[in-house]
Amino acid sequence: MTAETMTPAAPTMRHRHRGQVLSRVLICVVGAVFLFPFVWMVATSLKPTNEVFASGTSFFGSRIEWSNYSVAWTAIPFGRILINSFLVAFAGALLTVSVSVLSAYAFSRFRFRGRAALFGAFLATMVLPQEVLIIPLYLMMQRAGLVNSYPALILPFAFGAFGTFLIRQFLLSLPPDYEEAATIDGASRLRTLVSVIVPLLRAPISVVFVFAFIEYWGSFLWPLIVVNDASMATVPIGLQMFSGERGTDWGPLMAAVTLVVLPSLLIVVLLQKQLPQGVSMGGFGGR
Amino acid sequence: MPYLGPGMLGFAIFIVVPLVVSLVISVFDWPLFGAPEFVGLRNYQYMLDGDPAFWVSLRNTLIFAVLYTAVNLAVALGLSYWLMNLGGRWAAFFRVLFFIPVVTPMIGNALIFRLMLNDDGIVNQALAVIGIEGPQWLNVPGWAMFSLIMMSLWQGMGYNIIVLGAGIAGINPSVLEASRIDGAGPVSRFFRVVFPMLTPTIFFCTIMTVIGAFKVFAQPYALTEGGPGNATNTLVLHLYRNGFSFDRLGYASALAWVLFVLVMLITAVQFSQQKRWVTYDS
Repeated sequence: MTAETMTPAAPTMRHRHRGQVLSRVLICVVGAVFLFPFVWMVATSLKPTNEVFASGTSFFGSRIEWSNYSVAWTAIPFGRILINSFLVAFAGALLTVSVSVLSAYAFSRFRFRGRAALFGAFLATMVLPQEVLIIPLYLMMQRAGLVNSYPALILPFAFGAFGTFLIRQFLLSLPPDYEEAATIDGASRLRTLVSVIVPLLRAPISVVFVFAFIEYWGSFLWPLIVVNDASMATVPIGLQMFSGERGTDWGPLMAAVTLVVLPSLLIVVLLQKQLPQGVSMGGFGGR
Repeated sequence: MPYLGPGMLGFAIFIVVPLVVSLVISVFDWPLFGAPEFVGLRNYQYMLDGDPAFWVSLRNTLIFAVLYTAVNLAVALGLSYWLMNLGGRWAAFFRVLFFIPVVTPMIGNALIFRLMLNDDGIVNQALAVIGIEGPQWLNVPGWAMFSLIMMSLWQGMGYNIIVLGAGIAGINPSVLEASRIDGAGPVSRFFRVVFPMLTPTIFFCTIMTVIGAFKVFAQPYALTEGGPGNATNTLVLHLYRNGFSFDRLGYASALAWVLFVLVMLITAVQFSQQKRWVTYDS
């Protein structure tokens, strides 16, 4: 007791250090448990079908069954589905960003009657579940002859308030000096927006783009309704078709899931720096 | 105005009009093909005392929302505080790791869990090793709901871990240091300092998580198909089935409006309650 009070620093440091090591070991265990479903997905994707539920809890099958992947690839038009998903997500994200930049510019730099009220109503829809709107949206697409089309997959979800809100926040903190200088130099408003403001907004724009892309990429309910042809399917619809047709064929099904999860993993790894920033700025509303 | 035009036009066409139109459709008997027929409030009447699955799906949705939100926030809060104490690269790495299921398509995630929770799946095999006979996770009502919540937590928690982590990172380090010098341990530091300063972030997370929970659809659709029976049927799944399997778009719109009013009411109540526990600086 007295010895400890005489030299308090050394034992406390060692104690703290040991706690830190224990903490790191524990978080690794938690992380491993958390990642296990993906590990099991890959392991199953490489097993012969009759060994998927074989007892003995073996990680690997008796042989590595690569053919699960070729079966998965040919059972549904996988290449086409990946291209569809990519096109829809890319075009959707691009549209979302373009519209958001224009609206954010208007809401932050123009004065007009009812601006506050309009912006308030617009913002309020951030808490509106899109699921409420799907029946009229479907009827609208049906009347317009757009069922099974890219516009139907893209248009309805490019006009949410999140992008406008986020970009507007940045614009408000941006001094108008640059724009004024450009205007004095004789640039038009649009020219000023495109060549002066947009480059300054690179960070929020890329956040809005990435999050819109991921939203479109994983979206399920709307494509399920508006797509009824395999040639227009997106990735989640492809998986769902797959499990319907081959509900018990787990090897190829997990191969398909692996093929779908990998691009998302790639996105996370590539963007690991920006993701936390994007999320904390309020991206991914409501997931 | 050319700048505001595109955004507000899209807002009107794809959000405002559908919202109003869905109320109109809800007073019609509206098949996918064929002529709609005006039925007044009969869809709502049927919902309240004709449709046995409505109350079940409403109850399931409420149970899911309450349990999912509570556990999600408690665990995410604990984990993000833990990560803050780990600090540096460790925290950054694990934050991203917990975020992975958020960006992978939910249908894929649900299918992986269906594989693992199969009667002969890896979970029951592992339980058998330690002498426990696991339940039929997806075929017994209580366990099916339990599985649904667990899967959803795994899928969605990373979002709150990152948002709360950013909130914790925003706390002035000198305040934490002061409490450390005053002799507060990690636990009391959490409840006395971190939690109170984090309440605005927690409030934001609660709002978004509750709304997300009320929209639950893909998980029961792919994991349990709403079953066994209606044990994991939810409002949005019920809405989808009525609209697109049973060809009752009018009734589905009535369900949509109930969902809308419910979510708005709960959000409004949360906002009205916030001054009782949320503390803002300055």
